[in-house]
Amino acid sequence: MRSRKLIAIAMAPFLLLPFFFSSAQESRESEVRVWAYTNATIYPVSSPKIEKGTLLIKGDTILAVGTSEGVKIPAEAEVVDATGRTIIPGLICTHSHIGSVAGADSSSPIQPEVRVLDSIDVRNTSINKARAGGITTANLMSGSGHLLSGQTIYLKLRKGNIVDDLTIKLSDGSLAYGVKMANGTNSIRDNGPFPGTRGKSAALVRQKFIDAQAYLKKRKKHQEEKPEEAFERDLALETLAEILEGKRTVHHHTHRHDDILTVLRLKEEFGFKVVLHHVSEAWKVADEIAEADVPCSIIFLDSPGGKLEARDFEWKNGAELSKRGVVTAFHTDDPINDSRWFLRNAAVGVRAGMSRQKALEGLTLAGAKMLDLDDSIGSLDPGKQADFVMLSGDPFSIYTRVLETHIEGEKVFDLKDPTDRLYAEGGYGAGHNREASGCCFYR
Amino acid sequence: MPVIIAKLPAAASTANFSPIYTMFKIILALSFAAVAHGQLAVKAGLLFTMTGDLKPIKNGIVLCGENGKIRAVGPASKIKIPAGYQTLAAKVAMPGIIDAHSTVGLSGILNLPKHDQEQLETSSPIQPELRAVDAYNGRDPLVKWLRDLGVTTVHTGHAPGALMSGQLMVVKTNVSSITSMKDTLVPASAVASTLGAKALSKSPGTRAKAIAMLRAELMKGQSRRLKMEEAKDDKEKDAPAPNLRLDVLVDILNKKTPLLINAQRHQDIAAALRLQEEFGFDLILDGAAEAYLLLEEIKAAGVPVMVHPTMGRPYGDLENMTFTLAAKLHKADIPFAFQSGYETYVPKTRVVHFEAAMAAAYGLPQEVALAACTIQPAEILGLDKKIGSLEKGKHADLALFDGDPLETTTHTTHVIIDGEVVSSSAK
Repeated sequence: MRSRKLIAIAMAPFLLLPFFFSSAQESRESEVRVWAYTNATIYPVSSPKIEKGTLLIKGDTILAVGTSEGVKIPAEAEVVDATGRTIIPGLICTHSHIGSVAGADSSSPIQPEVRVLDSIDVRNTSINKARAGGITTANLMSGSGHLLSGQTIYLKLRKGNIVDDLTIKLSDGSLAYGVKMANGTNSIRDNGPFPGTRGKSAALVRQKFIDAQAYLKKRKKHQEEKPEEAFERDLALETLAEILEGKRTVHHHTHRHDDILTVLRLKEEFGFKVVLHHVSEAWKVADEIAEADVPCSIIFLDSPGGKLEARDFEWKNGAELSKRGVVTAFHTDDPINDSRWFLRNAAVGVRAGMSRQKALEGLTLAGAKMLDLDDSIGSLDPGKQADFVMLSGDPFSIYTRVLETHIEGEKVFDLKDPTDRLYAEGGYGAGHNREASGCCFYR
Repeated sequence: MPVIIAKLPAAASTANFSPIYTMFKIILALSFAAVAHGQLAVKAGLLFTMTGDLKPIKNGIVLCGENGKIRAVGPASKIKIPAGYQTLAAKVAMPGIIDAHSTVGLSGILNLPKHDQEQLETSSPIQPELRAVDAYNGRDPLVKWLRDLGVTTVHTGHAPGALMSGQLMVVKTNVSSITSMKDTLVPASAVASTLGAKALSKSPGTRAKAIAMLRAELMKGQSRRLKMEEAKDDKEKDAPAPNLRLDVLVDILNKKTPLLINAQRHQDIAAALRLQEEFGFDLILDGAAEAYLLLEEIKAAGVPVMVHPTMGRPYGDLENMTFTLAAKLHKADIPFAFQSGYETYVPKTRVVHFEAAMAAAYGLPQEVALAACTIQPAEILGLDKKIGSLEKGKHADLALFDGDPLETTTHTTHVIIDGEVVSSSAK
């Protein structure tokens, strides 16, 4: 992929001259390059592992995946010999706090109008580190200190200058995002408008959704009766209405078995799409979760505890859920678990009884399903976006390193690059989010 | 699961109530009691003894004697398992894992202040007189959690977060209550000290003030030591009355108790080295996230490092931490050991060989990673005659695995302390 960088360097002087700018643009658009990664061990995830496989990419899209005999390499393709390497789909983190993400403030427990989009710092080193961990798509969200702390944002971790360069547009033109909710201890506070008990927490949430049902009715009536008049929008209720209409998924933090069932009751009552997050005590109510057909985004920690709700956390959650057919994905909850070790979750899952296939899905395809993006990402299939990770070995081995991360055909992380390596391994400067220009002593 | 527990000398299903059978049962019970206190053979496909060049023995055997000590170690070709020994087989066996610095037993699973959080007293910044033995709860579930995973010894006690937060101790993970100092391996193994942001509040509010306060305290220790020596030499003079705090400081200055200084940034590491040079105590550097900037200085000072958890979070004073630190210390020939450290939230404890594993992924040779959670911490703690490697006469503490102990997918199948199987949960 070195040649691609050379082209960029060669084009740089042109970009400086407005005179040549348009022609440079045109040549880039007409140039759709084809890449063939050959002789790799490939896990497409949607189909069995391929030894000595070929991954063929055209521009930002996967053209073909298969054995070296099965995939014909076009004459114009640039061939990368990936002997000894393992290629897996780009990793999807369904729950992350990278990019200095922030949501609701302490003024009230339910704030659906708040968009975390408005808080993201794409220059925060946590995003570089996530790319170094092989993460290509992440669901960035605010915390669990509120019953509803705002709208999350699904990002492709492209190398962008502003957050808009990283967002995902849906077919209706809106951005891809969900809504963060929480129950249990974290969203209970002993002050003001915040709930002091679990019963009050549930009542506050139910009332808001009842308000949203009324809002939907009112809006529908308005559109039918006075379509020419502008409708008085309520930002908060509009977001809840989107949930009721099934347009947005609720990403629900929950730990204890009783809190998990409270979420399932809310889902039942209001009919919304929900993904259960963390679910420390999932193993206690795995049958009920499977019965409700609700996906789970789980975390692995090196020990239980740290708070009452996580006392009964067990590594077997992944196995207990996946064997009951529950769509099960992992998340980093970065900074709880560092994005650079996301792969390690699959290994802990296998240790505690998950199949290797389900564990790999947990890093990729299952997450894509939870974000409703499985048409375009999550597996290596023709027509899907060319998001993939090149590894030094077996995805389940601790000794395996992420060598390269590619998003939509573009390399966004390369361990050979000294700056990328600094973010991958740490070192002086790796934690400096706002490096002074003209600085420093460590490069 | 490749672990086979060899047939025990009994056929308990024989329903026979004759007096002879009753007698047999008594003998059987006695022989079981003997088995519980040793007479255990461990057969391992790969046996890491953690001696010599650290390379494992293929098809090795360890015999655990009745006294809880190792009776023999070597290749299966040279060691005969005596009659009456129970045999455990594993793919891999190694010495029981030693956590070089933890707060387990003081910082409990529930994380509830005044209930199970005994690791940091904030009433005053300097309190070296606080003893770990008075705070340790060996029945906390996290102690069992670590034991089931293969950790047999912890260096635990007061946490980082104050200029001098208190003492640490070395204890095995099968000890549930400290009924006497003999229940520990070392009752006062170090005094924990912290430099840098974590130890700053209203006062000390700056790094310079923190060092000034520490120096003043150590000087008080010096003048007390002088008084004690004068009293020893001059019978006319009375020895000073016991003073809990000053007596600990004298122990530090006399190199009886090391000072374990948690310092992450390079300025703080340099300050710790300056203090050591001025007062001549035994220094153990703790954390040392930016030690890679001062390798020569640390090497010259002859100071060992208890390196921060590899999976520690890169924020605050650790913002420039690197996963390659252990590999760099190894290359610079600086002695180091892995620690689980102190966690304020989740996970409430880290697991020391998981931290070693992550360092192995970032350039540290596998056997060095294993040594840094067995024989290396034993040496730094001055316990290498007793624990940390599998050698005749040392404690029969072992961890058994169904694969490479550093691989995440590997299970710990059995854990043995003093010749006794304390866990067979295959976690």
